[in-house]
Amino acid sequence: MSLYTTRQQWLGNIRADVLAGTVVALALIPEAIAFSIIAGVDPKVGLYASFCIAVITAIVGGRPGMISAATGAMALLMVTLVREHGLQYLLAATLLTGLLQIIAGFLKLGNLMSFVSRSVVTGFVNALAILIFMAQLPELTNVTWHVYAMTAAGLGIIYLFPYLPVVGKSIPSPLVCIVSLTLVAMVIGLDIRTVGDMGELPDTLPLFLWPDVPLNLETLKIIFPYSISLAVVGLLESMMTATIVDDLTDTPSNKNRECKGQGIANIGAGMLGGMAGCAMIGQSVINVKSGGRGRLSTLVAGVFLIIMVVFLGPWISQIPMAALVAVMIMVSIGTFSWQSIVDLKKHPLSSNLVMMATVAVVVSTHNLAYGVLVGVLLASLFFANKVSHFMYVTSELEATDNLRTYRVVGQVFFNSADKFSAQFDFKEALDRVVIDLSRAHFWDISAVAALDKVVIKFRREGAAVEVVGMNEASTTIVDRFGHHDKPEDIDRVLGEH
Amino acid sequence: MGTTQRSTILAGIDGSTYSAAVTDYAAWVATKLQAPLKLLHNIEHRDTPPLMDLSGSIGLGSREELLEELTSMEERRSRILLEQGKAMLQDASQRAIERGCPEPEQLQRHGSLEETLVEMEEEIRVLVVGIRGEGHENRTNQVGTKLESLIRSLHRPVLVVNRPFEQPPQRIMIAYDGGEVSRKALDMVSLSPLYRGLECHLVHVGQGERESEQLQEGAAILKQAGLQTTCAELKGDVKEQLESYYHQHDIELMVMGAFGQSRLRELLFGSLTQRMLTSSNVPLLLLR
Repeated sequence: MSLYTTRQQWLGNIRADVLAGTVVALALIPEAIAFSIIAGVDPKVGLYASFCIAVITAIVGGRPGMISAATGAMALLMVTLVREHGLQYLLAATLLTGLLQIIAGFLKLGNLMSFVSRSVVTGFVNALAILIFMAQLPELTNVTWHVYAMTAAGLGIIYLFPYLPVVGKSIPSPLVCIVSLTLVAMVIGLDIRTVGDMGELPDTLPLFLWPDVPLNLETLKIIFPYSISLAVVGLLESMMTATIVDDLTDTPSNKNRECKGQGIANIGAGMLGGMAGCAMIGQSVINVKSGGRGRLSTLVAGVFLIIMVVFLGPWISQIPMAALVAVMIMVSIGTFSWQSIVDLKKHPLSSNLVMMATVAVVVSTHNLAYGVLVGVLLASLFFANKVSHFMYVTSELEATDNLRTYRVVGQVFFNSADKFSAQFDFKEALDRVVIDLSRAHFWDISAVAALDKVVIKFRREGAAVEVVGMNEASTTIVDRFGHHDKPEDIDRVLGEH
Repeated sequence: MGTTQRSTILAGIDGSTYSAAVTDYAAWVATKLQAPLKLLHNIEHRDTPPLMDLSGSIGLGSREELLEELTSMEERRSRILLEQGKAMLQDASQRAIERGCPEPEQLQRHGSLEETLVEMEEEIRVLVVGIRGEGHENRTNQVGTKLESLIRSLHRPVLVVNRPFEQPPQRIMIAYDGGEVSRKALDMVSLSPLYRGLECHLVHVGQGERESEQLQEGAAILKQAGLQTTCAELKGDVKEQLESYYHQHDIELMVMGAFGQSRLRELLFGSLTQRMLTSSNVPLLLLR
């Protein structure tokens, strides 16, 4: 990384970065509070985490301009840990999450993202949007009509204010929504829930704390399953967000550096009394839309957030929950991939199934990792099934010798092995059989086993079997394809021998 | 690709006033070395975003809309830049042909200039660039970090042009500090056909006795290569002495080893290369 690039990433876009960072900070505050409530901890835990994660990823992250903070995807994974063991175990789990993510960064696991297909990403994003929306429902059940009115008014302000001339595009509408709803609630003295009712807000800058848990195997046993889920989901969402920011800004990012950066940020958050977090799709889109491109935008977002929260604490506790719900509904709508609904008609059924399966699993388990796992498995199965169609067998009889030659063309592997065996007619009484494999590709030992079975069956029927071109066909059974990266090598392995 | 290693003289062309001079100097180097000339116009990615919507709200399809909006804006901008670049290259090519350089090749690339040059490093023999790009022409008293970073990352001679080309240089000056980098620079000068028939001034600024010997040794290398050489030993501030020397002797090109000191020393005392780049009125040929 050259001096110029580093400088460019920090100072290439100062004015726009500072403005965008400020806009993001204003939207981060309600989100951090809302996600703390989802996780079942005091709002200050989410706010400290957002400050810490934003500042650290600004410095050590691999994707300039991406916003990371406390997120809903992570908060959902912590619920039972917090309920059963308390905040201190959450902080310990956060530290371990960071450690696992740093290891993932060193092992270059960011590259594994290539297995996550487009449909799975879309499913992940849509599931996330649905979960964020569902998390708002407790605030909207068993409440007076005032809350509905306030929420509706909030959404109205958020979506209509930007259409006002001049001020519309220079003042963040979520801020206008929060300020005006807070004022209304205070002036007419509405008795509805406010942020202050949800728990403690920060009154100082975060302090360094080591989690107060016994350092033994028992603790590890409790936190490890949570940490691994958190690490996986955090990295998945961060990698997906990084790709979205890459596309929007048409600039590259360093995914493995981002993995390590997320890890360091989570360790920092854990030590300063914050919950684990990751990159945020909605906020990153807002940042890019507001003109944020450099690392400075993320740094400003974090620093501005903590300054606002510490100095405006008493005012923030007066914000009605209805205003927060309105902002969160906006985030949920903005996160949802509208295009994916439009594309349902265009895309093949298998892609749609993968997407919807991902969404369904996530919504039912509240764990994005399970959803992605199911999505990836399903996508692989569909792929294997598609490829297995690329195989056929032709044959011809030479009546004089009572000899049949079978020519196998295409891909033979675990999924097409049975289809392969079924192509041979064992009932035909033959003297000799030739199986020509020189245009087939054997990808695994299932294929070899299927061939063995075919040969044995023919032998049992009394035919002499000759296999031709086995060596060429099996060159594809290799575990490392490192040296097959030149066109002539690929031709040699896959070509028409 | 018909280009062999380290064969091309590459001239960086943009919309700045230096582009004409860059073309002239590059044509001079190319004809002298009988090397092919390549004119490069690089289209940088925009640093500042074209869009600033501070409304901070996102709704259905926001991401797709944003992508579409950013794409169409950059598309328009890039089209214009491509057209402008082609016109600039055409002008520069015409100019180079007039200066006696047959068939200069034209090239347009996207991305950061530094990346483009590092990718092309293998084929570059000498890079010719203007001291300031079109974005920073009015900042006469500073040199961009971009140029410094570019010189540092490229391990090829860089000719930094900072004034219009009047005539082919006759008198050149070599700043010599006896260090490893400047000794290598001397070897390069003695071997290159670029300096044949030029008047060389080998200049050293310092105070030691031993250094005087080194200077004589250096002069011997140049004389052996058949260059008409004058030695000068000066005392005082390096930058000021070098500057007054080139004024006195009407020097037209200065050759020096670039960024030879350790990064720590540069951090403490400032880099001589950096200071010379900022204040010199004479084109600098920096050898790495």
